[in-house]
Amino acid sequence: MAENRDKIVEPLIFSRSGSGKVGYSLPPLDVPEAANLSPEQLREKAPLLPEVSEVEVVRHYTKLSHLNYSLDEGFYPLGSCTMKYNPKINEKVASLSGMLLSHPYAPYGLVQGNLKIIKALEEALSVLTGLPYFTLIPSAGAHGELTGMLLIRKRLEKNGNPRKIVLIPDSAHGTNPASSHFAGYDVKQIPSGPEGYLSAATVKENLDGDVAALMMTNPNTLGIYEKEIKEIAELLHKNGSYLYMDGANFNALMGYVQPESIGVDVLHLNLHKTFSTPHGGGGPGCGAVGVRKEFEPFLPIPVIREGGEGTLRVLFDRQDSIGKVRSFFGNFSVIVKGLAYVLSLGGEGLKTATERAVLNANYLRSLLQETYHLPYKLPTLHEVVFSEESFKDFGIKTSDVAKRLLDYGFHPPTVYFPLIVHGALMMEPTESESKETLDEFAQTMKIIHKEAETEPELLKTAPHIAPIRRLDEALAAKQARLVYKPE
Amino acid sequence: MRYFPQNSEDIRQMLETIGVSSVEELFHRAIPDSNRCCEPLKLAPALSEPEIARYFQERERENLCSGYTLFLGGGCYNHYVPEAVNALSSKAEFVTPYTPYQPEISQGTLQAIFEYQTMVSSLTGMEYSNASLYDGATAAAEGILMAWRMTKKTRFLVARSVHPEYLATIRTYVRNFGLVVELIDTDEFGMVCPLSFEKLYDESVGAVMVQSPNFFGVIEEYGWIKEKIGESKCLLISVTAEALSLGYLKSPAAWGADIAVGEAQSFGLYPSFGGPGLGFFTTSNKKFLWEMPGRVVGETVDTEGKTGYVLTLSTREQHIRRERATSNICSNQAWCLTRASIFLSLMGPEGLREAALQNHSKAVYAQKEMEKRGIPSRYKGPIFNEFVVLLKDARKVQERLLEKKIVAGIPLCWFFPEETQSLLITVTETNTKEEIDRLVKELEAANG
Repeated sequence: MAENRDKIVEPLIFSRSGSGKVGYSLPPLDVPEAANLSPEQLREKAPLLPEVSEVEVVRHYTKLSHLNYSLDEGFYPLGSCTMKYNPKINEKVASLSGMLLSHPYAPYGLVQGNLKIIKALEEALSVLTGLPYFTLIPSAGAHGELTGMLLIRKRLEKNGNPRKIVLIPDSAHGTNPASSHFAGYDVKQIPSGPEGYLSAATVKENLDGDVAALMMTNPNTLGIYEKEIKEIAELLHKNGSYLYMDGANFNALMGYVQPESIGVDVLHLNLHKTFSTPHGGGGPGCGAVGVRKEFEPFLPIPVIREGGEGTLRVLFDRQDSIGKVRSFFGNFSVIVKGLAYVLSLGGEGLKTATERAVLNANYLRSLLQETYHLPYKLPTLHEVVFSEESFKDFGIKTSDVAKRLLDYGFHPPTVYFPLIVHGALMMEPTESESKETLDEFAQTMKIIHKEAETEPELLKTAPHIAPIRRLDEALAAKQARLVYKPE
Repeated sequence: MRYFPQNSEDIRQMLETIGVSSVEELFHRAIPDSNRCCEPLKLAPALSEPEIARYFQERERENLCSGYTLFLGGGCYNHYVPEAVNALSSKAEFVTPYTPYQPEISQGTLQAIFEYQTMVSSLTGMEYSNASLYDGATAAAEGILMAWRMTKKTRFLVARSVHPEYLATIRTYVRNFGLVVELIDTDEFGMVCPLSFEKLYDESVGAVMVQSPNFFGVIEEYGWIKEKIGESKCLLISVTAEALSLGYLKSPAAWGADIAVGEAQSFGLYPSFGGPGLGFFTTSNKKFLWEMPGRVVGETVDTEGKTGYVLTLSTREQHIRRERATSNICSNQAWCLTRASIFLSLMGPEGLREAALQNHSKAVYAQKEMEKRGIPSRYKGPIFNEFVVLLKDARKVQERLLEKKIVAGIPLCWFFPEETQSLLITVTETNTKEEIDRLVKELEAANG
């Protein structure tokens, strides 16, 4: 990212437009031009697209790229986002032309390679979680949550009653309530205990014949392992309810906890978190969903199964399936990258990834816990959450600390989440950061804390050297200018 | 391992600072013994980088389709992708950031989204666009859900000619809310059947959904539906599965659509076995704005008055409005829309029109050549870049052509069991006249 902010204003691409300029080249048409459509069927006016040459497009988007901070540039400690390094080989193998140009409606005999890739990743995820069946069709974590809750609903319908309520602890991920709602459930939020985990007693108090499932993020958004999860699963199962585990934080558990063995019925994993596929500025992702055997008949279609003689076949005709949750096979190239990551680490390497992630998070916690207030003292795994307690008396808000970090060249942690911590600063370093990086970051956080006390204005007016100053978000919502309109 | 930047001395020092004797201890003190597994993971040992490359090259070779000429579409298209799209979108600054939660250091992604929103809403003729959904199918489903929120009505009419996978996705999404989806028949032109519409439509309908060009390749003329709906609360939703058509054909807004959704994979994304694509979602009216699903980027100013872009209207969203949010969308398809922005910038209005016209011309040429050889089209309506032909047995003919290294199309019996004679053939600008002529010749032979 460029640092001289005066230089880097890039106007909209539309302002570069000049009549007659082109940035493409197509071969001449080798058949007669069709002219059989009536004028009423044709476009009424030209769309607002720029007319620019290739070089201008290259310059424009290159300049835009310079306005972005990225994971390849530096530390990105967004809690619960698992911003781990995105290996280059993943991108390479996902761009092989035999995969990029393959079509979802090609006869399945012609795309066995693709099907094998999907199957291989499904099987690897089964080994990691103990859950025997996976679908890789959902396109994001929240899409996986929706799919998982639809599976639970279908299972319960088969039992005779879909039930009405999903319990969600206040330490769960933000998408959980919305995903449950879109699966047709009412949400009941239940409190996590004073130490930061959900107690079996709380679950018990809230269980009745209406409860379809509990949706639990484990480790939760405080980085704390849900230590009563096994007892909770037993309570749920006795009540005829199911345990859904949001596995977005699975980077804390690989090789240490098999969700199946602690009573999890359905879970999702984010390939774009634990399995190193890039976030792309907000997608595409893959929210892989794993299930116990009893849910297998309900998986979204299509499913890929053995077809004999080493071939794979694709099944659509499955009477009990929840149906389709999107078109085709999901975000296939994300699946390719996820598998490349699993292959590059193997079982031992994945466990090491988890170990290093937890080591890094605990090291960062040790470095900062004297300076910043740690509201929950229990041992944490892959992430750690501090509160605003230690600096709020200086008149400083969490967002000020975050913006000041930008001046020092770091991406801030996740802020104001989870909601159970006031002014939360949620840090997840992942295994990808060196000790030196963590030392530098912690040192910077300490300097900022000192600045908060001695020069609070410096924080309140930050960032000072980013491409742009703080933006007026209220104005953005008020004017709702979502598109450019030529004068 | 090359992805781990800690050496044993680092680890020793870190453990010392933490005050534990081993890494395992961190797990032992955080996770109850009864929850931990001790078995090593039964996964294959790690592969080296060259071995990984080889593994995927082997899978690539098993994709025999590379050696075939494809006439496949049905919502996933092989189009020209200018090389600059690949070069620019593969920059780490677009590939490796998270969702732009810190706008001051994410203006690149945010401005690209703003430009995308401008381009795609102009293409559909609409006023507003969101910052993408997963794909055309989920965009269609979200369209119905939004219409439900807007109108509170629970009956929806969807043309039978809407992509079957979109329809299936809609059914999955609406089923648990008790919404009812009814299908409007297709007439002999391959268009929405007015009689069927008349029979189904009344005041209880919350939205009518039409796809154009529809799944059978036919260009719908649906202004009459808007007229029938008139000033009632019922919304008209248009679906476009082949976004390239927007560069040449009359826009959804001009037909009267209130919401225009679809799949923009054709804008600079490879077929990639069907994903990732790019769901788009646009609306015509300010009153719909706060009911839109997904992320949205808006223009604003910084404290010095400089123009900048931020994620906005976020009080609609899951992280704030929880279970009352307008969708559960968090990650969507940001990198894909970056490719679409670059693609559309390179193509411009003229390039898009030319590519669309080439598609249309080649498909019309193929259709006419087939008619000359006794292979009739299933429908009489005008087509864009795909069409349905009638064969003696579509599935068998398709299989026979595989021997000639041609994948001739999609047998419609996959989706409509009674359509045993129908084959959906797609011709894009990537297919040469020579390939088309060979297809026609081999189809005639195989059908004979």
